[in-house]
Formats: sequence, structure tokens, C-alpha cells
Amino acid sequence: MKAQAMQAALAGTVKQLPDSRSSGVRRLLQRHTLPCRMSAVLIAFLSVSGCSGGVLDAQGPIGAAGAKILLNALGIMLVIVVPTIIAILAFGWWFRASNMRARYRPDFVYSGGVELVVWGIPILTILFLGGVIWIGSHDLDPFKPISSPDKPTEVQVVSLDWKWLFIYPEEGVASVNELVVPAGVPVHFSLTSASVMNMFFVPQLGSMIATMNGMVTQLHLAADKSGEFYGQSAQYSGGGFSDMNFTVRAVPKDAFAQWVATARQSGSALDRTSYLALCQQSSNVRPFTFRSVDANLFNAVVNQQLPPCPGPNIERAGATGSPRPER
Amino acid sequence: MFGKLTWDAIPWSQPIPLVAGSVVVLTILAILAWVVLKGYLPYLWREWITSVDHKRIGVMYTLLGMVMLLRGFIDAIMMRSQQAVAFRAAGYLPPEHYDQIFSAHGTIMIFFAAMPIIIGLMNFAVPLQLGVRDVAFPTLNSTSFWLTATGALLVNISLVVGEFARTGWLVYPPLSELPYSPGVGVDYYLWALLISGVGTLMTGINFVTTILKIRAPGMSYLRMTVFCWTALASNLLIIAAFPILTATLGMLALDRYLGFHFFGNEAGGNMMMFINLIWVWGHPEVYILALPAFGIYSEVISTFSGKPLFNYRSMVAATMAICLISFLVWMHHFFTMGAGADVNAFFGITTSIIAVPTGVKIYNWLFTMYGGRVRFTTPMLWSMGFLVTFVIGGMTGVLLSVPPADFLLHNSLFLVAHFHNVIIAAVIFAAFAGVTYWFPKAFGFKLDEGWGKAAFWLSLLGFYVVFMPLYVAGLLGMTRRLQHYEVAAWRPWVLIAGVGILIMIAAAGCQVVQFVVSIRRRDELRDETGDPWDGRSLEWATASPPPPFNFAVLPNVQGEEPYWEIKRRAMEAQQMSAEPRYEPIEMPRNSPTGFITAFFCTMTGFALIWHIWWMVALGIVAAYAVFVWFAWRDVTEYSIPAEEVARFDRARRQARERWLAQHAGQPA
Repeated sequence: MKAQAMQAALAGTVKQLPDSRSSGVRRLLQRHTLPCRMSAVLIAFLSVSGCSGGVLDAQGPIGAAGAKILLNALGIMLVIVVPTIIAILAFGWWFRASNMRARYRPDFVYSGGVELVVWGIPILTILFLGGVIWIGSHDLDPFKPISSPDKPTEVQVVSLDWKWLFIYPEEGVASVNELVVPAGVPVHFSLTSASVMNMFFVPQLGSMIATMNGMVTQLHLAADKSGEFYGQSAQYSGGGFSDMNFTVRAVPKDAFAQWVATARQSGSALDRTSYLALCQQSSNVRPFTFRSVDANLFNAVVNQQLPPCPGPNIERAGATGSPRPER
Repeated sequence: MFGKLTWDAIPWSQPIPLVAGSVVVLTILAILAWVVLKGYLPYLWREWITSVDHKRIGVMYTLLGMVMLLRGFIDAIMMRSQQAVAFRAAGYLPPEHYDQIFSAHGTIMIFFAAMPIIIGLMNFAVPLQLGVRDVAFPTLNSTSFWLTATGALLVNISLVVGEFARTGWLVYPPLSELPYSPGVGVDYYLWALLISGVGTLMTGINFVTTILKIRAPGMSYLRMTVFCWTALASNLLIIAAFPILTATLGMLALDRYLGFHFFGNEAGGNMMMFINLIWVWGHPEVYILALPAFGIYSEVISTFSGKPLFNYRSMVAATMAICLISFLVWMHHFFTMGAGADVNAFFGITTSIIAVPTGVKIYNWLFTMYGGRVRFTTPMLWSMGFLVTFVIGGMTGVLLSVPPADFLLHNSLFLVAHFHNVIIAAVIFAAFAGVTYWFPKAFGFKLDEGWGKAAFWLSLLGFYVVFMPLYVAGLLGMTRRLQHYEVAAWRPWVLIAGVGILIMIAAAGCQVVQFVVSIRRRDELRDETGDPWDGRSLEWATASPPPPFNFAVLPNVQGEEPYWEIKRRAMEAQQMSAEPRYEPIEMPRNSPTGFITAFFCTMTGFALIWHIWWMVALGIVAAYAVFVWFAWRDVTEYSIPAEEVARFDRARRQARERWLAQHAGQPA
């Protein structure tokens, strides 16, 4: 019963890997029944984590490709690792001192054949994996645009002290702690930081990337369909770090246009003065929007025409409150 | 007068650090009072504090490491329990305290627990295995130890006076720069590591010189034990990597103290420079710890399998390959910082290449057991636990070396689980294996096997229950260093890890009981022969504990396993080799140099942290004066008369003859 469930979980997970390499992995797993059962446990373990908002529950092409490469690399290595673990336990057990049936061979200290195998197999595996690494790194380079008939949505991201600012330069609006994107359309992020280093990460959409003051990093992501995803900073950035998370809402194209229209009609304007007020440290900030954005603001932050923000300062940590501008 | 130091530096309003700090201070005062009242102080001063004997220094290093391991473990308990209760709640540790705890946990575990234990075991075993009387520079060795102790002391002072860094254990700028971390926490970190880093560098120089220049007659490179080889590789890495750490932290100190702009946001400073430099040290550091650990496993697995190490030369080649490649992989610690695809792919591939020599080592250990007679003593159990666990950690490491996979898992709990998986399995298990293995050599009695085995099984179980759930939490997107969290899917896994830490507490308890019980039962556990495990290398050729001069007569090495050879010959002939001619032995005199230098370095470090400039000047001048005073000494050595050497060695030979008589007629 239990084994059946595992087999089902295994089949289900492998079915999610739609490329040719994974069918090779599946064949390998099926050929070795004992390793198969062990990896079934492991993959069942993984699939538990694959259906509840993690990196294996990918909701976009970049996340899916990253998860696929992760599972492929895992499969390649399990082929070696599982027999090795079994051999360690088996050799130790069989050659225990009390086992009189085991032959004592104190002179078995060198074997050219064993030598060849123990260097050869890891080298061949790493050659194969090296190919996966080289191709994967180029295919999934965060700076590489996603090919799509749609023009990508531009989003400029500024990590502030313990909140995220998303500027939509083409729409002329901005949002704090909520990222709204059209589903099915690639999003091109340009990212920087107001003070200390952070890392932009939406587990279900894929790749994370650092944000640093005075520098711009780039990232291309897309969401396949509408949904809400959890986003966060993956780089510790001071006392309020644990609350530095945001919601990603992928919505249909017309709903996105509607969201932009609504945003344009409410909230205040984001110019240099209000930016400097916004970038004071605060945490647990509820999402809100700005009706307009100084078109040059992001560049001013990057080029440090606007000085780095005062940043996290634990001595001031007690005095946090919502920086939501009064209207 | 006292710079920034005021009574407010003591956390009067925070009960947890205040109580913890008071308990530590009171414990130390109680121990000191006990030592003074019992009249042990002169003994301690004469035999331990001023000792330049590599064995004594090794024991002190290991003890320091074990105490700090406990301190780091308490931090771990606090972090796990905080996360267990901090689901949509504030928990019991506010961020400003929690952030210090995870920073201190990493710093203490790497610099003041793992490093001292590994260096301690090298100190103890390497000269014995090389068949020599001491390291190349004995007084320097003592100074290295006391400077490491200085660093550990400064980190622990921060518990009571002021604060520790709230930046993570590698103090990434710009967060660690003055505008964002104006307190003394980062300064404690900087001076603790700058001072102890000097000590570590001197250890590296000392051991490379020892291994390259001072070996018993006939001990050619390819007759050294694999532990000596790994010690050589590790110390070469120390010499190459620690200056980078010192320079990097020095630049950060210049930023903080003198307004430089190496790594800050202003005036063209660049944090990426720091992150590159710190990992150019940081990755070799992993192997500085792991290689000697691999050496310990090589000794243990070979001894308890009753076989020489399988493919010795291949093992040496793998060790040196790892030593070299470990300098070519540092960038895998920040694939997500935005480097191009070519750079990421290059470092991803070099990283996975390290798996090749490491895999070779695993298979050689495997084939050492093949055809052996495996005795499952405590050190062997730790080694078996290591083999299985490390293979899993290695696999997740190779996963993280694939940049697109790392883009999903970097800085997540998957990463945390991975590096604990490899460091605990490789270094901590090796530390316990090594301590249990060499304990009878150091003190003349074995550790209690029952409590040792209980500690092993609980540690192994506890490890899996803590860290396997963290792998899953990482796959679910949970990042590291969270003081509290909102995502419900993470909660069960965090709670399971919390249960695991309870098992680990039981394991740590067994370790402590193991030492207490063994010391109480030392007469039953006594080892008379000097060779309790049926060992193969030279440390077992002398008595337990060895005399200050290690060997009455330096052994003449004729093969890869010199002591095994000596034993085999003795058993074939059913008698010991003829008594050698004993000669007086010159040994280095004890010296308080290291201790006094470290005392003034502690003073200097503390004064720099609190900006007490007159004390800085005083400390530096005094430390330099100690050095000059040491350089002017007249008598450097003392002589042990031949009669005393003979008296000692005859006692050992008698014990061995009794053993030989008991084992008469057995095949060698």
C-alpha cells in the first residue's frame, strides 16, 4: 500500500519533467529496484514540498526550468549516491570483526581496476553535470530576456529598509510591498537598493537576485497564470528583515490595466522628497500605491544623486511605524 | 578616560543576556576560586599555561574548542526554539538579540570551536605520527594558542559588555559599515578575528615547517600518515588564505575607524569586493577544517578495519587536488549577486570538480573496510556515520553548485541544511572520533564506550531530525536568519527541527557524562601498553601519556606503517627489539611569552573596541616588550639525563613485553 503510494508519487513527479533527459533518469531509476525505492521515498519527500508554494511548485517558465534542472541534477547524482550509501553500510556490516564468514584480506590495499573506477565514475558524472551546468547557466542567466511575443513589463525595484518599492516607469505608477504583474507576460526587473544589500526572491517564479546600492542588477521572470505568490528578501538586512516580504499578484492583462488606472487616481506622488521620507526604516508596511513617479527617480538612486538612505539602525529600531504618507 | 565604555554597556534591561552573562562570569570565577583555593595555580602555570609541549597545547586547544562548541550549541538551541515559537508571533528573542545570536553562532562555531579542535588534534598527533619530539617553533605554538584564546575571550566578553555583531557571521558590508552598525558589535568581531587570525597564521607556518623539515629518520613524504598529509594541505591553505582574511577585515576596520571607503556605499566603495575577498578566504577555510577531518577518518577507518589505508597514494593525490581546487571555487557563495553566465558556469563547474577527489576518498575508505575486520568502537561509529551523512551533504552541495538551482536555493534553509550537513558530518563527527581515538594516548585511559556510543547514536539521529526538515523548508522557500515568519507551510518542518534539537541536547549530555564517567572510572579504563586500539602509526609506539620528549630514541622508519611493522617483527620473533643506547635529550624550556603576549593583546583588542586609546598604546608597547624580552633570553633548552630517559623507556618496554607474552602464538 505504502509502496504503491510511493510509486505513484514517483511516477507523478517524473511525469512533471517533460524533457528527454528526465526519461533517461526514469529509466535508470526503474532499472535499479532498490535505489528506486529509496529515491521514491526521497522524491515523495520532495513532492510534499512541491505542492505548497515552494521552489518546486513553479508558476512560471524560469521557476519551472530551474526546478527541472534541480531535479535532473539530483537524479544524476542519486544514481551514484544511493549505491554508495548501500555499499558503505553493506561493507561495514559484512566485514564486521565477528563475522567469521567474511574473508580477511589485510593485503588488499591496491587495485588498479578499483582505482580506475573510483576516479573514472566521478569524473564522468562531473563531465556530464558540467555540461548541465554550462548550458543551464547560460539558458537561465537572470540577465537573459524571456522570448515572448509580448513586450515585457518594465519594473524598477528598490529595496528600502524593510520594504520593497516597485516602480512601473512606463505606466508612471509605483507600489510598495505589492507587485502586480500581467500573467503570461515577461517582466523585466531592474533592481537596486537604497542602503544595504538585499535579495529579491519570489520562490514560485524562480531566480533570486541581489540588490545593491549604486548598482543595477537585472532579472527576467514571468508568471504563467493568475495567482498570488509570496515574495521576500533572501539576504539578511538588519532588524526588520523578517518582515521584508511582499505579495506578487499576477492578474489578467485587462485587470492589470485596470489596476494601473486605479493606482493613477489615488495615493500621492513619488518624487525625491517623498522618496526620502519613504526610505526611512519601517517594517510591516501594508501595501499602497503612488499615483505618479518622478521619471528619473530610479536613475537618481542608482547614480547616487540621491544619497544612500540612512539605512537600518538598530538604535532606532524601537521607533518603527507605518511610513504611509498622510493625506 | 574609558572611551565609549560606560555602565550602560552592560545590558541591565535585557534579562536573557544579563542572566546568561552572569552565569558565565560566576562559573569562571568559581572555577578560578577553586583552582586558587586548592593550590592548583602553580601547577597549572608551570605545566599547562606556560607549556610549549605540543601535546599539552593540543589538549588546551581541544578543550577550548569543546567549551566553545557548547557555547555555540546553546546559541543553536536558542535559534531553533525561537523559530519554533515564532510563527506569526514575536517569539521570546527580539530581533536585536536574535540577530546577535545567529552571528555569534557562526563566528564561534567556525573560528573558536571547529578551528581549535582541529588545530588541537593536529598539534597533538602530527609530531607523534612524524616520530619527532616537538613542532618546529614550540614557543610560537604556545603564542598561537593563547592568541586564539584571546579571540574567543573577546567574543565572549561581548555577551556581558556591549553587544556582538548583528550582521551575520561574515559581516557583509554595507550593513557592517559604521552608518548602519554604529555599535561595538562589529568591532568585537573584527578584533577577535584579527587577533586570533594572527595566531592561526603562525600555526600554519609552524606546521608546514614541521612537516616539511622535521621528520623521524626514514620518514619520507610518502611514508607519512594521511593525517599528516591532510595537516600539511590544511596548513598550506592557512598560509595562503588567512592573510586574505586579515587584510579584508583590516580594510573593514579602516573603514570603520579611520573613515576609509573600501566597502561602504559612499565614495566609490564596493561591497562586492568584500564579498569576493571574504570568500576567497572562506572557501579554503572549509577545507582547512575538512581536510584534517578526512585525515582523522583515514586513521580511524584503517585502524579499526585492521588494514592499511586502501590506495594510499591515490588518497594523497586526492588531498592535494582538493587543496589546490579549493582556491578556484569561491564565487559559488554568491551566484545570485549578478555575475554573467560564463563566470557563474565556470565556478559552478570547478565546484562540482571538487566532488571528484572527495568521491575518491569516500571509495578508498569504503575499500579499506572491504576485506577488513571492522571493529565498531566509538571512533569507528563516528566514521561510519560520517561516510553516510557526508555523501548526502556532498550531493546537496553539488546541487547548489548548479547555478540555476542555486538561484532557487541560495540563502534558504536548504543552504543552511547543506553546510551543516557537511560541516557537522565532516568536522564535528571527526572531532569526536579524533578525541575518542587519541584520548587514551593523551591521558592514559580510554573513554567509556557505552556513553560514547549513546552520544553517537543520539547525535546521528538528532542531526537527521534537525536538518532533513530544514532541507524541505528551504525547498518551500524559507530563507535563513528569520526571526519570525508568516508562511504556514514552513511551520511543521520548523517544529520537527525543534524536536531534533532536543535529541541533540540529549546527545550533548551523553558527551559530558562520557567524560565524567570515564574520569571517575579511569583506573578500570587504564591503558598500560600505549597501544589500546592495535594502532599502525608511530603515536602508538610510545607510552600513554607520552613523556615530554615523546620518544626515548627517535624511531627509524622503514615503511608506510612503521609501528605496525615494529609490532609484526616483534610478534614473529616473539621478543622486542634490542634495548637501544639512551642519550640525554634537549627539550625547549617552558615560556610564559605566549600567555603574557595574549594578555596584552586582549587588552589592546578590548581598548580598540571601546576607543580607549591610552590602553591601546599601553597594550601594544607591552606586547612588543614581551617579544623583545623573549628574544633576549639566554637559556632556551633544558636537558633530560639519559638515566631518566632509560627509566621511562624500560617501564614502557616491560608493559609491551607483558602484552607480547599474552598475545604469544597469535598470527601477526
